Amino acid sequence: MRRVSEEDVKYVAGLARLNFSADELRTLTGELNRILQYFAKLNQVDTTGAPPTAHVLKVKNRFREDTVEPSLPREEALKNASTVKDGSFQVPQIME
Amino acid sequence: MRFDTVIGLEVHAELATATKIFCACTTKFGGAPNTQTCPVCLGLPGALPVLNKRAVEFCIRAGLALRCEIAKFSKMDRKNFFYPDMPKAYQISQYDLPLCRDGFLTLDCGKKIRINRIHLEEDAGKLTHSTGTERYSLVDYNRAGVPLIEIVSGPDLSTPAEAVEYLEKLQRILEYLEISDCKMAEGSLRCDANISLKPIDREELGTKTELKNLNSFKALSRALDYEIKRQSELLAAGQAVRAETRKWDEAKQQTLSIRSKEETQDYRYFPEPDLVPIELDPAYIAGIAKSLPELPDEKKQRFMADYGLPEYDADLITSAKRLAEFFEAVNAWYFNPKAASNFIMGELLRLLGEEQLKSAEIPVNPASFGDLLKLIDEGEISVSVGKQVFAQMFRTGAAPEEIIKAEGFKQISDETQLLAVINKAIKDHPQSVQDYLGGKEKAAGFLVGQIMRETKGQANPKLLKDLLHRELEKLKE
Ligand SMILES: [Zn+2]
Repeated sequence: MRRVSEEDVKYVAGLARLNFSADELRTLTGELNRILQYFAKLNQVDTTGAPPTAHVLKVKNRFREDTVEPSLPREEALKNASTVKDGSFQVPQIME
Repeated sequence: MRFDTVIGLEVHAELATATKIFCACTTKFGGAPNTQTCPVCLGLPGALPVLNKRAVEFCIRAGLALRCEIAKFSKMDRKNFFYPDMPKAYQISQYDLPLCRDGFLTLDCGKKIRINRIHLEEDAGKLTHSTGTERYSLVDYNRAGVPLIEIVSGPDLSTPAEAVEYLEKLQRILEYLEISDCKMAEGSLRCDANISLKPIDREELGTKTELKNLNSFKALSRALDYEIKRQSELLAAGQAVRAETRKWDEAKQQTLSIRSKEETQDYRYFPEPDLVPIELDPAYIAGIAKSLPELPDEKKQRFMADYGLPEYDADLITSAKRLAEFFEAVNAWYFNPKAASNFIMGELLRLLGEEQLKSAEIPVNPASFGDLLKLIDEGEISVSVGKQVFAQMFRTGAAPEEIIKAEGFKQISDETQLLAVINKAIKDHPQSVQDYLGGKEKAAGFLVGQIMRETKGQANPKLLKDLLHRELEKLKE
């Protein structure tokens, strides 16, 4: 089994916009590798013929009808925003 | 060096459902910012999505019309990335088990363009960027969670013209299926293109670029033209094409690099735990297949065969479903397909354009229109008067007989009355008469025009011509 390196952890943390100290990185790398060992164990099970799992529940086909219901009043929708302007959420500019 | 062009299109169409894909908020376009949101589409913690049944049905309709296989087992997945227009920091989409795959669309030349997949996903909110010195963006989440289908073609398009034809046909099909408004200007139909060049003697594909911001057919065509030129110049100079995403800049009329593929995002797709899988009953799919309307190309062929329309007419009239239905309704009442087609292509489309109406909003009663064609065929009014009557029918909704009566439009078929006007024209235009007598037959046409103007187009054209010739011939003696 390939081991997770500190670089891997740093990369994944970066994707999640998380910053860790060197100490934290070392701890997390160890923890992640221990977790992955459980998966290594699972990988030893013979799964020939078993369909891939798409969901842990056995339930399928839960749909709603296409019927409109009232939305939130705008004040409610914007209530938790850190900055609001002209009825919109204001965010730092990000342009592609 | 000579190259083959390889183009594939990714088309996003907003589905015309009443509600969003995972919540009961309305999908109406143009509401005040952030008035059409709820905990689900705002991505508030603890809110749970429930899939809109009609969105699934619409996606399947598209899949069946584009000859796809419909998945018996499908699921939704999470695509993770940070962007402020996506409040959950992930988009619910489909990854490895899309609802539809392996279809095709046929171009007019008979070439089949493969459709690799059609999947269901949610739209993002809308960002408005500040223009002043203070740099910020405003987010409106009304559009967040509106259902989309993404239709991915194979790399089978060889020219910008083929790409435009493919997109036009796709737009027409989605419109016929009544599953999307398909308005490129409003963003309910959006298109990205992948394009690469390959030296003609090589097998493997070249490095492709992805083009974004193609908001019109013209933008698609021009961006592809530009990219072919740019890439072929690079390759001819022995340089490599970079794998990157480029944006079409409408003002500069060029593509600009926005992201290199090395920075490609790692989306970490995984099955969406908040939604259960979709397992469709074959009978349900068969039911949808049965409900599909006649598709644009079939309709066009039928209009050519059954109504004897020229291909140009059939193509234009079947370009919108409602227009085609209107045409059929008119002919069911009074059968003169070519006359109906001429009026539709000339008068009706012009008037709709002037009034900025859609083909679903034709204000003319098809039976009244049929009556008008009949009155023209019976010689009650001329075609040119018919056009005036039609314009009034369009504006007022009145029946043609009423308009003809009210305006005194009835065709003048009275010989004495016509002769008076003819003789006046002969007297007023001696030069034309001289020309005619001198052998210039065309001069008679000018006189006919003058008389038509004098009679406000009401002279019976056939009788007028006969009488005019008789009078002119008399002068020869
Ligand atoms: Zn909502």
